[in-house]
Amino acid sequence: MNRVESTQSKVSVNKIVRYVVCIFLCFLSILPFYILIINSTLKSSEILTGIKIIPGGEFITNFKNLLEGSAKTSGVNVLQAMVNSLIITVPATICQVYFGSLTAYAVTVYEFKLKKFAWGFIYAIMMIPQQISMVGFIKVCNITHLYGSYLAMIIPAIAAPTTVYFMKQYMETGLSTEIVEAARIDGSRELYTFNHIVLPLLKPAMATQAIFAFVASWNNLYTPSIILATERKKQTMPMFVQALKANDKERDWGQIYCGLFVTVIPILVMYFFLSKYIIAGVALGGVKE
Amino acid sequence: MKKKKTVEYGKYGLMFLVPFFLVFLIFQLYPLLYTFYNSLIYSAKNGRYVTESFGFQNFTEYIFTSGGSEFWNALFVTIFMWILNFIPQILLSLLLAAWFTDIKIKLKGSGAFKVIMYMPNIITAATIAVLFYSMFEVQGPITTLLRDWGLVGQGGVLNSGWTSFFIIAFIQFWMWYGNTMIVLCAGILGINPSLYEAASVDGASSRQQFFKITLPLLKPILQYTLVTSAIGGLQMYDIPQLFNDGGPIVVQGGNSINSTTTVVMLIKKYVDAGATQDYGKAAAYSVMLFIFTLIISLLFYRLTAEKTKKGR
Repeated sequence: MNRVESTQSKVSVNKIVRYVVCIFLCFLSILPFYILIINSTLKSSEILTGIKIIPGGEFITNFKNLLEGSAKTSGVNVLQAMVNSLIITVPATICQVYFGSLTAYAVTVYEFKLKKFAWGFIYAIMMIPQQISMVGFIKVCNITHLYGSYLAMIIPAIAAPTTVYFMKQYMETGLSTEIVEAARIDGSRELYTFNHIVLPLLKPAMATQAIFAFVASWNNLYTPSIILATERKKQTMPMFVQALKANDKERDWGQIYCGLFVTVIPILVMYFFLSKYIIAGVALGGVKE
Repeated sequence: MKKKKTVEYGKYGLMFLVPFFLVFLIFQLYPLLYTFYNSLIYSAKNGRYVTESFGFQNFTEYIFTSGGSEFWNALFVTIFMWILNFIPQILLSLLLAAWFTDIKIKLKGSGAFKVIMYMPNIITAATIAVLFYSMFEVQGPITTLLRDWGLVGQGGVLNSGWTSFFIIAFIQFWMWYGNTMIVLCAGILGINPSLYEAASVDGASSRQQFFKITLPLLKPILQYTLVTSAIGGLQMYDIPQLFNDGGPIVVQGGNSINSTTTVVMLIKKYVDAGATQDYGKAAAYSVMLFIFTLIISLLFYRLTAEKTKKGR
């Protein structure tokens, strides 16, 4: 009896410790964003006096200043920068998911001589980081006249090995070749079969991949800050954030926090609605072997 | 008859591969090879004239002699910053993953915990870096707080190399432990539950089960996490760039050292238009980073693979 009681109290102490640690970590995750939101509603002078808990009423003023100030100093304002980012991100995501699926389909459903080689190749290049070939990438952009163009960030998305890998894994379990064969008997052409019969079946996997492709492209700073360096009007959202920091000589912190807040709103809203799928997608990504 | 048909369809398979491989060749393979080639083109500036020569001079001058301190320092910073974030990250993630998958002590709301802990990972790194900069800069709210407590002097937090370094490592840790934790949770849930049942029947404690069942069976996923994190960590750019521009510059034994400048930041510096532009140097640094990425990931792969064999 005594022993059972002591183990029970041990379990409950253990449980409380675990809750405390988890809640502390959650607090740590949220705190910077809380400070961000509060500070975006304060005057610059108020921010400098320390951490505030209660929001102020300056958000609209900060936002107006931000739109005017940032447009003057960095060429674009925060909303234009976000539109620019969307112009890259949406087509890049579509390219990545569509062609990733098509490539995975080719190495899953068809039989041809180079199939094994092609798949092994895609698997092998998955880990090569792109940052290291920047010198050559600039060269290609100069040859193809894509330097300074959004297309330099969009077209390369067609060859995304991780998307191919993920889609192939999904197809191996989630796509029966009988459907493809049935479509052939009905006289459907191969590309038509892929676009109208196979793609709808891949929707769940495509949605997961689309979220991650979108986020990666939306958050990308490195490539655009090199390729679009000379195009002030084409600055993307992360480039705008960089410019926001570079212009801190004016020290209008209300404006800076407001700008940062505006840039996280779209992702936060998306995360609020899609977190379940995102967490599931992260979990899937790890269970690769 | 049937065989003939599959051959016939096979050509569609090849056709569907064309866009991927075409784009790959033009935008990934060619740039990689060209970068290797460009690392052998050395440009010497004589006033307004630039003379180019072919050879290993970029490597001998900027990496393997006294002129190489900039590169080696950046490589050291990059690797050390990654280690400093990865060790606490993997330990905390393992602990949390063990907690969230524990059937004996069930935590309510573990789904919500996961969502909140993962959140920093999805937010734009550039924004996070500038946000932390704003909080820690000389007039920032956290600096003000620390100053009120007497923990930092008038100069603030950011003009010390080590504090900038630690804060950047912390930001990386803070952004990534949620991701790693979710991956490890999935890994633990993938382990056959009957193993745990059998162990419980034999009287194994939770701790024993964790070290004798969970950890050994989790090794492939730990290996994957280690290798992908190392590759990603070696390419670190956004956060050190936007947090403190690779600074502050610390004078050490007569040399001035950028205390948080990573290798990719150097590459960016030398491809950017301007007085410092030097494609040969940037390419040589890229080649070195490529080699180190390869060595480190193969090394980790080997080390962990051997241990797995021994464990069995």
